This record gives sequence, structure tokens and C-alpha cells, in this order.
Amino acid sequence: MTESNLIGEEEIEIEAMLNGRRLRRRVKARQHLADFLRQELELTGTHLGCEHGICGACTVLVDGQTVRGCLTLAAQIVGRSVETVEGLSESGKLTELQKQFFERNAVQCGFCSSGMLLTAYELLSKGAPLSRLEIREAISGNMCRCSGYHAIVDAVEAVNIAQGGRG
Amino acid sequence: MSSSTVSSGGIGARVPRRELKRLLSGHGRYIDDIKLPRMLHACFVRSPHPHAKISAMDTEEAKKAPGVAAVLTAREVNPRCEPFIGVAQHRPGHRSAPQRLLADERAVWQGQPVALVVAETRAEAEDAAELVSVEWQPMVAVADQMQAIAPGALVIHPELKDNVAFDFSLLKGDPTRAFDEADFVIEEELRFERQMAMTLETRGLIADFDASEGSLTVVHAHQSPFQMQDVFSRHLNIPEHKIRVTAPDIGGAFGMKLNIYADEMATVVASMLLGRPVKFCVDRLESFVSDAHARDHRIRCRIAVKDGEIAAMEMDDIGAVGAYGMPLRFNVAEGMMAITVMGAPYKFENYRARTRSVYVNKNLIGMYRGVGMPLACIAAELLTDMAAHKIGVDTVEFKRRTYRPKSSLPCVTPGGQQLETVSFHECLDKLVALIDYDGLRREQDELRRRGIFRGIGIATFCEQTAYGPPYYGPSGAPISTQDGCTLRLDPSGSVRCITSLTDQGQGTLTGIAQIVAESVGVSIDRVTVIGGDAAISPYGGGAWASRGTAIGGEAALRAGSILRQNILSLAGAITQTSAAALDLVDGHVVNKRTGQSVISLVDVGRVGYFRQDTLPSDCDPQLSVTASFVATDKLYYMANGVQASYVEVDCDTGIIIVLAQWAVDDCGRVINPLLVDEQVRGGIAQGIGAVLYEECMYSEDGNLLNGTMADYLIPMSDGVPDIVVAHVETPEASTKLGAKGIGEAGLIGAMGAVWVAVNDALKPFGAKVLHQPFTPERVLDALARARGDSK
Repeated sequence: MTESNLIGEEEIEIEAMLNGRRLRRRVKARQHLADFLRQELELTGTHLGCEHGICGACTVLVDGQTVRGCLTLAAQIVGRSVETVEGLSESGKLTELQKQFFERNAVQCGFCSSGMLLTAYELLSKGAPLSRLEIREAISGNMCRCSGYHAIVDAVEAVNIAQGGRG
Repeated sequence: MSSSTVSSGGIGARVPRRELKRLLSGHGRYIDDIKLPRMLHACFVRSPHPHAKISAMDTEEAKKAPGVAAVLTAREVNPRCEPFIGVAQHRPGHRSAPQRLLADERAVWQGQPVALVVAETRAEAEDAAELVSVEWQPMVAVADQMQAIAPGALVIHPELKDNVAFDFSLLKGDPTRAFDEADFVIEEELRFERQMAMTLETRGLIADFDASEGSLTVVHAHQSPFQMQDVFSRHLNIPEHKIRVTAPDIGGAFGMKLNIYADEMATVVASMLLGRPVKFCVDRLESFVSDAHARDHRIRCRIAVKDGEIAAMEMDDIGAVGAYGMPLRFNVAEGMMAITVMGAPYKFENYRARTRSVYVNKNLIGMYRGVGMPLACIAAELLTDMAAHKIGVDTVEFKRRTYRPKSSLPCVTPGGQQLETVSFHECLDKLVALIDYDGLRREQDELRRRGIFRGIGIATFCEQTAYGPPYYGPSGAPISTQDGCTLRLDPSGSVRCITSLTDQGQGTLTGIAQIVAESVGVSIDRVTVIGGDAAISPYGGGAWASRGTAIGGEAALRAGSILRQNILSLAGAITQTSAAALDLVDGHVVNKRTGQSVISLVDVGRVGYFRQDTLPSDCDPQLSVTASFVATDKLYYMANGVQASYVEVDCDTGIIIVLAQWAVDDCGRVINPLLVDEQVRGGIAQGIGAVLYEECMYSEDGNLLNGTMADYLIPMSDGVPDIVVAHVETPEASTKLGAKGIGEAGLIGAMGAVWVAVNDALKPFGAKVLHQPFTPERVLDALARARGDSK
């Protein structure tokens, strides 16, 4: 790497779990997690909609909790377990949600979907029964410009009911 | 279409989109996901001032920064591109100054690009862009339309003498007399602030110029690859056949990604100058000052009522269109649509209207979902609702009485709208039943007595869809209103479709697959559709004006019918049967009379491709066919519908909650109800956002005040209600498919319905809120004004 005077250009060695596998890398101190996933690891399923923490498109799980990939530095994942839409899809953890989103066309352009799925996954993993209002509240940090949200709420509600959350 | 040919997944089926499994697993391939070998990244330096002279620029430090390949300014970039002049030839008096890619001596809006840095990574390009030093001499800015037309106003483009881009008037009947003789007249002034499309994925492209062949390949997050092929060829002087424009997965477009952008053109120039692929993806912060804006209108409108009927309407619109005319799509569209569509659902004969587009030192106004149609809907629905209230007639009853009845069709409205197959009364009747209108009114009354103020808004709208060549042709803009479809039977009996359409999430390509499946006679899982590649498909327009399914679908239907006939002829030759006695059902050639299978498509494909030697000598199997379609003599198809909003206004805080929303839509034949309903819902959410939240806020001297997503509010899941969608289907009469279009209906109707509902809620106070968006502050101001007035 070229030497640089720019703040944040220095590199840091990180070790973490990514989608269930061990990861060891050198990362730039200033690189955020979403850029790291997208640019260094080519995990482009994590999208960037604003890079200032509002839209939720870059949502990933760190130790099972949703975080904004754009507000988390890659260097912050040392010793933690990161899961992205790719890993959760491969492991089958999103299968029911994906099926409901698919059947209800709760996706149009698909740009918000990764973040929406991960937020919904975190919500549903609590196992509690959810009203539509509670679902709306829980996903209200994820912007979708295409759908009007109705079908997304339907999809999350359907999985919640199938889990025995409400009947 | 014969009913014997309905195959699984055909027209009318609720077919999910296949690409969703890919998108839902994180395997979409959007523009910023794509890397090319040797690819560089561009970042723009933009004007921080709405209006300023550039007295000096120093790029030396930036050029020395790590990873930088080039720093390009107007001197290097502008000579490589013919300037854009956004003037419609068929609009006399329409004027625009030539727009060059980078500001040279003067910047005329905050955000106008002045230089670009091209570097090995986006981060390095951004770092170096910080090092470009520009000496600015800020000038007085023309910040709104009233300033622009005020006597002695600063003229943004001195060669034009004043700031008026376009001034157009309409007169039908005798409105002066009708207003004079009216029982009463209602007049209001409506304001619509600037807003944005705010696609979740920003704009972007990768330009790859190959100097050895003089060819250009562009992967472009754009709605119309053919339009860009033409623009790149004309403006960059590259032979058209050496240009290939393809569209990747696109994260939302809504018209915004149809426009032509100086920064995108400059990215292509950078690739031409450097001989390397260059990627430019707009940063969210710069999207606020570079994505085409929309609206920004002040409208005075009037209605005259006599003997309970509408005697006349009037509209006077002034739109602030930014610093230039938007290339190819101009800056007259919103105003012209507003004044021509105004009142289209209603019976009246006397009409006067004027629209002016004026230049201001702001970002350009471009295409965005609905264009001027929501303005027309809002003005007419608000005035008619107020008129009904004044007469003391229920608004639904007034609509029934004053809508244009089916018996009056076809007709031309005073605004010039051609109505043929609209269905206002049917839509209204269905809506009234759907929402239990009387029950809702009773609930509203009851709650008012308890100090809870709810409003019911019903809005009727027309949606021009799928423009034909008479619409854009005379403007001189090379905008194609046709679309095409190539179908190929593969040897295994499956069908490949290449369409000129693009899809940014609407699901149009799934609709095309359904149409192909049905018209050929195979099941949909035997059909693959490719769209968005201007090099390989028949020529076409792409996705805009809610046109894809209506026009591209008709082309697909025609191609499917031809391929089907060709398959049957070949099957007849193979089996020594008359083709007329055969039919194609679910991938099998059957005896039309008995329904028994005669030969499978696999066997037809095998002989057609590999054993032509066994065929009679006069048999000439054509298993790849192409058809194009254009609505030659149509200005547009006209979709319509009625929506209802039920809102609650908190009169202490000014906060508005949309409690429920219903839509009854007539978009002609519904190809896929699952996808159509979601188009309507998504449009409604954007409509609610426009009325309640969305505003590009500018200071009085033209500086954008809210350029982040944290303070430009859009509807989130807790700000949009559940949305009920129902349909009336009145097929377009001039096509076999009968589809009109659905892309903009949700937004248009929702804006009208929410405007009327909020003002309905405020009626007990005698208050009116007429300034969009309806922020809590504006609502409270309206209530305060009403209290002051009543003293």
C-alpha cells in the first residue's frame, strides 16, 4: 500500500467471524464496514443508500444485532461475529421471510431488501407476537421508496403468525 | 386472443417475479456492484453557491494526490460535448440557454459540476476533490419564481433578456362571461415546494470507451438505454452503431433516472479522454443538488358554479424550473400537464389557463412520477369539493352529477384531453361501496363532536400513459415511443424474449413473460425475458410515462402471435397436417378439434433446427421473429381512477396522520394484479410523502438547507397506512392487449385525496392549508389565520 499522510489511511489488522467463517484482514482505519464488505470482500448484497445512517439499506448483524454498516468502522468488528444477507441466505435463516417477500411482491427494486430482511429477522427472532403497528414501528428505520410498505408488513406478519407469534 | 390458448402464468395471473429470489439473497447486480478491469472512479467538484463567478481554479494539488489519474475542468471536458439546448421545437417562444457539462466562468446553481477528479478509488477521488481550489465570486441569486419575473430582476442568462422560459395560454368557450354570471366563484392560490424522487439507489454509470475501435460501452442505471445511445452519439460525436448502452439492476427510478445529467455525460467524456473505464455513482449528499428536482409551482385556480353545475374553471401556473431547460424533456411538461389535464373528469365548457416556466438559480426540474398531473388533480378536486360544500351537496353526489358520463365519450375536454374509455362513475361507485362512505361520514361527525378532527378526501384523476409519436415527435426530440420484441423458439421448446423495455422494480419484464407465454401458447416457466440492452433488442423507448406494459406488451403480443403461427406451420409440415387444424397449448401442438397432442415443441424445435432436410422444400421455418408496436395516431392512452384518504389532524400540534387509503384504479387490462396493486401502493406512499413531508428547503438567497436524508423527510413504514386497492377494467380500445398504464396513478390520486382530506378535516375551523408539504407549522398557521379571520 502507498504511504499517505491522510488521516485514516493507516491499516489495522482485524480478526472476526464473517457469515460463520473466520476472517483475517488488514483494513484501512477509516473504511466503514459496508464499504469493507462491498469493496474488499465483494459481498455486494449490503447496499449503501445514504452513508449517513438514515436509510437502513446497509443493515448487517453484528453479534446478532442489527447495525448500520455505514456507521460502523470495519476496524470495530474485531472479535465479533458479522452476518450479511448473503450468509443468512446460505444458512437458510431467511428462507421463510424471503418466501413471503417473494410471494407478496414485497420487493420492487430490491435495493432496501437486504436491510429490510435483516431488520425483520432480528425482530422475529425475539419470538414475540407482533401487531401490524409493532411491525411498522420496528421496520421504520428502513426506507423503502417503492412498495408503500403494506406488502412488507404482510410478509413479516405472515412469518410471525407461522412461528406461532399470533393466530 | 382465443380463449383456448390460456396457458399457466398467462395474462391476468398473479405471477411473482422470478428475479426477486436473486434480489432477496443479496445477489442483485446494481451499478455500484460492478467492477471492470482498469476501472477508475470519478468524483465531482460542485458549486457551493447558487450563483457565482469563477475567477480562478487551481487543480495542481489535486493532480498530485495519491491515485489520481486526472483532474478535468471545463477546458478539457466541454469541447468534447455538443451543448444541450432544452427547447421544444413545437412550443413557440420556448427558450433555454445552451447548457455545457461543466461550469466555466460562472455557476448558475448550487451543485452545478465545475470539475471532476478521476482516481483509482472513489475514496481517493473524493480526497483529491477536496484539494481542487476554486476562487468564487458569489453573485445575487434568483431564488424563486416571483423574484424571477419581478420587474428589474437579475437575468440568469443575459442572452435571453428575461427569465421566462415559456409562457403559454389556453382559452376555451367564454370563461369571462361564465365567471361574471356565476352563482359563486371560489378562488385559491396553491403552492407546491420543490421535492425529489429520492430513489434509494442513487444515479450511476460506468463508461468504457475503447479508443482502438472508437466504441463506447456504457452500463447505465437509466430508464432508457436507447435514448442514451442517441444522446451519446449526437453529443459526443460517436457513430451510433459503435455505442452499446445496457441497464443493470436499478434501485428505483420514478422518472428521475430518465433525465440527462451533465455529470453523467462528463463521466463518459472522462473515459474518452483517458481510454479507461470510469465509474461515477452519485453520493447521497450530492444527489440532493444534482438529481433532477420536481414541482416548485405556484398556482392560482378558480371555479365558477351556476345552478349547481360547473360553469368554468381557470388556472394560472408559474413553475420555477431551475437554471436550464432539462435536455430532451424540457421544462414545460409539469405546467403544460397541469393546465391541460385540469378538470378533465368534469363537465364544463369554459376554461382559461396560463402556464409560465421561469428560470431560477436552482437545480433543474426534470421528470418525476406524475409530472404535472397531480397538480391538475389537486386543483380540480379541491375546488369541486369546496364548491359542493358551499352548495350544501355531498361531495360524492356533486361528483356523480358533474363527472363526464360514458355517454359523452369520446370527447375532448376544454384542456384538450382526449377521453375515450374512461370510467369515472364506475370507479366512484366501487370506491363508495369499498369505504362504506356513509359510515365514514357518520364516524367523522361523531368524532368532531368529541374534538377529534378527521377528514375524508376523494380524488378523481386522469393519467396520461404511453405517449404516442404525435406527443413528442413534433418537439424535435429523438424520443422513441415505440417498443419492440424479438422471440426465439429454442430447440428444447423454450422461448427467449428480448424486449426493448427496462425494469427498475415495476415487474414489467414479468408482465412481458406472461404476455409471451399466453400469445405463443407455452407456460411461463418456459419463457426467459431479457431487457435493457440497446445493442441487441429491437429499437424502443424503455420505461417512462407508465408505458412499458402497454406498448412493449403489445409488441410482445404481436411477436408471440407470429411465432405461434410459424410454429404451427412448421408443425403442420412435419406432421403433414393443415396448420389451421392445429393449436398450441401449454407447449404442445394439439389437434384444435380434439385437443389431442400432435407433436411436442421439443420435436418441432429438433426438426426446425437440426433436421430441416426432412421438410418439404417449400417449408421455410422462421423460429426467430420480431415485432414492434407504436400507437401511431395516439397522443396517449388515458387511465383513470378514484382514491379516498381518511386523515386525522391534531389541531394542537398540526400533525397529520393518514389513517386509511383506498384506490379504485382503471389502468385498462390488468396483466398481473399482484404487481399492479403494488405499483399503486408504492405510488400512494410517494403521494403521501409529497403532500405531508417532502421539501427541498431553500433559504431566501437560494441555498439548500436540508441536503441530508435526516432532514429531507420521506414516508417510512409508520407514516403510511394499509392501502386497499381495487380495479375497474376498461381495456384500451385501440390495442389487442388493452393495457393502459399504472406507474403514476397511485401518486396522482393520493396527492389529490390527501389534499382534500386534510382540508375537509379543517372545515369546522374555516381553515385551509394550501401550501405543500403540509408541515405541522403550516397547519398551525392555517388554523391561526382562520381564528384571526373569524374575529
